[in-house]
Amino acid sequence: MNGADVPTTILRSLAGFADPAFLGIVLLSLKVTLSAVGLAGLVGFPLGAALALGRFPGRGLVIVVVNAFMGLPPVVAGLAVFLLLSRSGPFGGLGLLFTPGAMMVAQFVLVLPIIVALTRQTIEDLWIEYRDQLTSMGADRLRAIPTLLWDARFSLVTTLLAGLGRASAEVGAILIVGGNIAGFTRTMTTAIALETSKGDLPLALGLGAVLMTLTFTINGLAFSVSRLGARYAG
Amino acid sequence: MRATTSILPLSLDGVALEIDGRLLLAVERAEIRKGRRTVVLGPNGAGKTLFLKLCHGLIRPTAGRIAFAGDHADRRHAMVFQKPVMLRRSVEANLTHALGLAGLGFFERRRRATEVLATFGLADLARRPARVLSGGEQQRLAIARAASVDPELLFLDEPASALDPSATRRIEDLLGELHAGGLTWVMTTHDLAQARRLADDVLFFHGGRLLEAAPAETFFTAPGTEEARAFLESRLFW
Ligand SMILES: Nc1ncnc2c1ncn2[C@@H]1O[C@H](COP(=O)(O)OP(=O)(O)O)[C@@H](O)[C@H]1O
Ligand SMILES: [Mg+2]
Repeated sequence: MNGADVPTTILRSLAGFADPAFLGIVLLSLKVTLSAVGLAGLVGFPLGAALALGRFPGRGLVIVVVNAFMGLPPVVAGLAVFLLLSRSGPFGGLGLLFTPGAMMVAQFVLVLPIIVALTRQTIEDLWIEYRDQLTSMGADRLRAIPTLLWDARFSLVTTLLAGLGRASAEVGAILIVGGNIAGFTRTMTTAIALETSKGDLPLALGLGAVLMTLTFTINGLAFSVSRLGARYAG
Repeated sequence: MRATTSILPLSLDGVALEIDGRLLLAVERAEIRKGRRTVVLGPNGAGKTLFLKLCHGLIRPTAGRIAFAGDHADRRHAMVFQKPVMLRRSVEANLTHALGLAGLGFFERRRRATEVLATFGLADLARRPARVLSGGEQQRLAIARAASVDPELLFLDEPASALDPSATRRIEDLLGELHAGGLTWVMTTHDLAQARRLADDVLFFHGGRLLEAAPAETFFTAPGTEEARAFLESRLFW
């Protein structure tokens, strides 16, 4: 590490935070990850709840598959999205490959199973508690879904955080579908991987520190908000 | 109170509930009559809760018939559970949610909720989260929520079993007012004194069987079964 000790290196890199290229990388990472997780929540919450309350043949199998997909290796997800989005693939016409959009899709695919699986479990447990009451008040299973989702909102924040953790830490999928193009699809994790392999440890460490800081901040905020909310709503 | 035809009396005929080969409840004949305060009495495990859930339609009997008068498709009966589920929302939102499920529109819901909050003495608590209310307040909200949809018949499962004497008194007063307002209710209790205070009719359960159905005077002065006599003398063990 050319004689410089680690804390100094990190500080030097953090000072470079004002550097537009550096800032661009951080912002792109945030944009891709937050929108992928947001979309996965939008889709995954109702889907998870439907899976919790739905009664259809093959439901058990679907649950097992969704649970298994929580452990989907990012590079495999990346490869699948790559094939779908490549010029000769079914969605090649969209021209998404090697754009931030492709990275969003890849992370969405990675995060969705986590959100669906955890939501399914949460809502199923809550339904046990609410079932008689809601049925008595005239709600069928379909109508119960929005009620249960809203009443589970504080637990679902944690679900969202689990998804966020997976997306923000991930490098394999976005590297494959994004291509790590400087100034366009280079994110914190792909930059760290690249800079480390090139031997620019200070930059890699700086990015790593920023990534950690952001992760702690987001989790801290979410924790406080949901703690306060849960205390308020009981 | 209402123009539509009554769903009462509610009659049960040869009703049985069997789960996993065990006969949990048997009611040969019973009738819930309009305007009568029916108290379902019996020791713990007698089948009181199951009886209410059957009548309310939450459980289907494995034999027999449970029939409301007339041919009503809509449910004009509501239930207050022994442990009512308070939604993780404000007191008012608990009401508007129930009213929404009952089919009221957005503005009508709010208007009616405000009305109900005032009637049940909950107006000061409207914005409080329902789950942090005291036991007595939660029970009052649960009754308000069930009554808000204007049912003709209300089932209450041990509505005061977890309350202190003064909160119990408030609930009993509230039940008196609801009855005076034209609501017919059926409540379960294992509390003999409470049954004496409130009942017009008594349904006495023991060991999953309806053993006696009688007007309160008759039941308390001349019980027809050995089990009821034992229960009244507090020497019934189960
Ligand atoms: N879903 C069920 N499956 C099996 N047994 C049950 C079920 N619900 C209640 N029981 C049994 O039926 C009996 C009557 O229960 P319950 O109606 O709750 O009594 P009570 O309300 O009078 O105390 C009890 O022995 C209880 O264990
Ligand atoms: Mg009971």
